[in-house]
Amino acid sequence: MAKHDFGYFFHEGVSNMFSHGFMSFAAIGITVACLLIMGTFTLVAVNANELLVTLEQENEILAYVDDSYTETQARALQSQLEAVPNVASATFISNDEAMESFKDEYPDEELFQDLDPEILEDRYAIKLVDLEQQSETVEAVQAITGISDVSHYEEIAGGFVTVRNVATVVCVALIAILFVVSVFIISNTIKLTTFDRREEIAIMRMVGATNGFIRWPFVYEGFMLGLLGAVIAFFLQWALYAAVARGVATNDTLQLIRVIPFSQLWAPVAAVFVLAGIVIGVGGSLSAIRKFLQV
Amino acid sequence: MIRLKDVEMEYDNGTKAIQGITLSIEDGEFVFLVGPSGSGKSTIIKLLTGEVEPCAGRIMINGFSVSNISERQIPLMRRTLGVIFQDFRLIEKKTVYENLDFVMRAVGASPKEIRKRIPYVLDLVGLGKKADSYPTELSGGEQQRVAIARALVNNPKTIIADEPTGNLDPERSLELMSLLVKINQLGTTVVVVTHEKDLVNRFGKRVITIDSGHVINDSVGGYVGGHIHG
Repeated sequence: MAKHDFGYFFHEGVSNMFSHGFMSFAAIGITVACLLIMGTFTLVAVNANELLVTLEQENEILAYVDDSYTETQARALQSQLEAVPNVASATFISNDEAMESFKDEYPDEELFQDLDPEILEDRYAIKLVDLEQQSETVEAVQAITGISDVSHYEEIAGGFVTVRNVATVVCVALIAILFVVSVFIISNTIKLTTFDRREEIAIMRMVGATNGFIRWPFVYEGFMLGLLGAVIAFFLQWALYAAVARGVATNDTLQLIRVIPFSQLWAPVAAVFVLAGIVIGVGGSLSAIRKFLQV
Repeated sequence: MIRLKDVEMEYDNGTKAIQGITLSIEDGEFVFLVGPSGSGKSTIIKLLTGEVEPCAGRIMINGFSVSNISERQIPLMRRTLGVIFQDFRLIEKKTVYENLDFVMRAVGASPKEIRKRIPYVLDLVGLGKKADSYPTELSGGEQQRVAIARALVNNPKTIIADEPTGNLDPERSLELMSLLVKINQLGTTVVVVTHEKDLVNRFGKRVITIDSGHVINDSVGGYVGGHIHG
């Protein structure tokens, strides 16, 4: 393609877009909707995942050692615990240490200050590799002789795992459907242009224009539609994300959730939006003119 | 140079449009192709421009074998042809200049070539001052001259005119035909499909008469065969 052709194709493509203002508007609109829904579910999934990682790092399960064990016996369990699959680390906490931290937590409660450490059990704080397999790990730890009880917070972890999994599934399904719909609408918009320009195309064919030459303006039209959709979707996504993040931050019951700031996410979001927009646009235009160029 | 050898053409609906035509047109010739409606004239045009493929026989056009041409070669073959239609087929949204500009771009001409060639061709057809007019602002004769300019602008070896005077009054028809003769004298092969007997007789050129898919006469001079109508 010669350099002077680029300007021509680009100009033709853009003027095609304006000759069907309403359809172009619809095509951009559907692309924006597609990207926005896709982006929203992806960002929810990303945040749920981030929370899971944090939970995995912070959340520990406590394994209590049988009362009858001496401290030396209790410490001997360390290697057994670390041998359990999915255990990242096991830290021994003697009943003395446990009492100290208990007292520190409630410094104003006179009642607790004189307690005998013997009423508490020696314990292990265990961190997990994968929170999703928490219940299996808990069972395995419980099965070790000398471990009397295990405490854990399965509900919270399970909740986040569910959110992440649902978001991922919905995400994939929606992206697939919306992608097809967007390509279809853009394809129809460009079919209108090809219909409008059928005389011109017939003449170009008659004078010996190659299919490539005839195709380019329509490819640019699709490209521009997709790109514009991506840019608009990006800014809407930004606004939406910022609003939701603010809502979460100021809501007392959602204090637990830490939302990743958009400043950390904008680059991949922009890249994915632009790429997806271009794929949708160019894909739509190619499917519109494929039939047209045969014969 | 155009060669047809034992060409047969049958459409999918069973119409036998061409039933064994052999003919040859040399470079630089001026030829009238005449015959009544439904005689197969239009099919010959379609065969020459590569819109349809023959069922049998061989077709050679300006060095391309059209009967077994590849998809990629068709545009190159068409660049050796300039086609003119009865209904002009100009783009109404474009000016005269733009109508020529876009067909030059379509075959990859540079802006510099375009700026040089278009005024020359418009002068040749006598429309030097109409470059910025729109087709709807022009008379039928002028529009057809724009179409001729468009056919010429890419410097084809052969001009094929399909009933070029069909929409023009007799005086304009004569002017137009004289213009085609002038173009032929500048070196371009010209094939004119028509059924206007009087016009053909005035020029004393080679006339190929077709009827029912056969060549029934090929001679220099007048319109032979009395059963021409349509």
